[in-house]
Amino acid sequence: MVDESDVRRIAELADVGIPAEILPTFTAQFNRILEYFDILDTLGDERTGERSLHTVLREDEVCQSLPNEAVVANAAESEDGFVKAPRVM
Amino acid sequence: MEDRFNAYLLRSEDPGLDSGPLAGRTVAIKDNISTAGLETTCGSRILKGYIPPYDAHVVTLLREAGAAINGKTNLDEFGMGTTTENSGYGPTLNPVDSSRVPGGSSGGSAAAVAAGLADLALGTDTGGSIRCPASFCGIVGLKPTYGRVSRYGLIAYANSLETIGPMARTVADVSALYRVISRPDPRDTTMQGRPYEHDPVASVRGLRIGIPAEFFGAGVDPRVSAKVQEAIETLAGCGAVIVPVSMPSMKYALAAYYITCTSEASSNLARYDGVRFGPGGESQRSWHDAFTAVRGEHFGEEVRRRILLGTFALSAGYYGRYYGKAQTARANVAGDFERLFGSVDLLAGPTMPTVAFRLGELADPLSMYLADVLTVPANLAGIPAISVPCGEVAGLPVGLQLMGRRFDDETVIDAAAAFEAEVTA
Repeated sequence: MVDESDVRRIAELADVGIPAEILPTFTAQFNRILEYFDILDTLGDERTGERSLHTVLREDEVCQSLPNEAVVANAAESEDGFVKAPRVM
Repeated sequence: MEDRFNAYLLRSEDPGLDSGPLAGRTVAIKDNISTAGLETTCGSRILKGYIPPYDAHVVTLLREAGAAINGKTNLDEFGMGTTTENSGYGPTLNPVDSSRVPGGSSGGSAAAVAAGLADLALGTDTGGSIRCPASFCGIVGLKPTYGRVSRYGLIAYANSLETIGPMARTVADVSALYRVISRPDPRDTTMQGRPYEHDPVASVRGLRIGIPAEFFGAGVDPRVSAKVQEAIETLAGCGAVIVPVSMPSMKYALAAYYITCTSEASSNLARYDGVRFGPGGESQRSWHDAFTAVRGEHFGEEVRRRILLGTFALSAGYYGRYYGKAQTARANVAGDFERLFGSVDLLAGPTMPTVAFRLGELADPLSMYLADVLTVPANLAGIPAISVPCGEVAGLPVGLQLMGRRFDDETVIDAAAAFEAEVTA
């Protein structure tokens, strides 16, 4: 079970706004879903889902890409071929 | 023709080519598949105005095959839903009964085909999003084997589960569209280089068809069960051998599916910050405040719920309990299918537990999730599955679901063709 402050915290982590007026309903629905997920607690600890890990990374190869204008065309704000983003600090 | 069902988000008039396997055929494309120069929104307000600079591989193949692309179809936002009511642009109505939903998330594609607005359509299927609307609208829809259709240009929701697939009014048309879109593409590294080049053979003679008891369990409308049992008898009458089987892992499939897809979604949807595409944020605010504001305002409630569920399932302290267990359950589902396909060629059951819901009927999110219980197993295991119409209950279509071995889409399509031929004869 989670409470409203937990949902607010997860929402902050995920950069998703949950307005205060829907928080109680949202939390109740969230809990009903988590209760359903509890069915997995009855699943034995079989560990069959774990696979050995191996790297699937290939060599990095330069290949043809989209032109810069096409990439920035959808940005709300751009300057000199760069996308403008909110300040980090 | 007028779109009375809100099937399309955008209509276009591409004449297609004079020659090619799809020359003269109109094709509608679900709006989470990228189309160069045509707005692609995923049914989300956060992508309003986004014009992809490139075509998805399947769209390139459609154009080369001469198809006339006639528009982009409505969907639950980013494919997250079972009714197409979660679209940021209003719900699509079911052409069979406009007080009902068309199913989802490829509801616009199904409605376009069912209403005769398009000959063929592309949908995407993450947990049943092609088969559910095909069932509810009385058309045919195939979820191909994972790795047989390129996902390049499909805007990602849950990469390990989702695939693009064909929808049409007949099995022959589904097969024809599948032939065109199932071509190799090095840009999707999960492609297995196994193109579909089959012409359907309408026969089930000698095939062993397993009927998992769990597909007729609690929650399945008895009238739907009865209609599907009739369909199975029809297959038996055509020479199939019917074998009762059991699939114990079904108990955990839905929870495994929702934990996996929301976890993948929480990562995939992190890219929607309004900066590189979308509405734009206030660049004077800090990035955290700006992103939260733009995502809170432009994502619908179901999308936010799934991002939160996934973030929670992957968070420290809960990972083992949710995501870890879900992967065990997923492997068990795949294991059950492998075991069953050792002794049968196909599995059959209902596509959906019910007929199409009334608009607004599924107000609670969990009750909507539960409607996916019969379709998610195929996605968890990556196997092919088709929904083919098998009659009506109270005037609303019912779908027969046929599932097959990985990369044996051919047998699934042959059996669907045999059933269709028998019931339309």
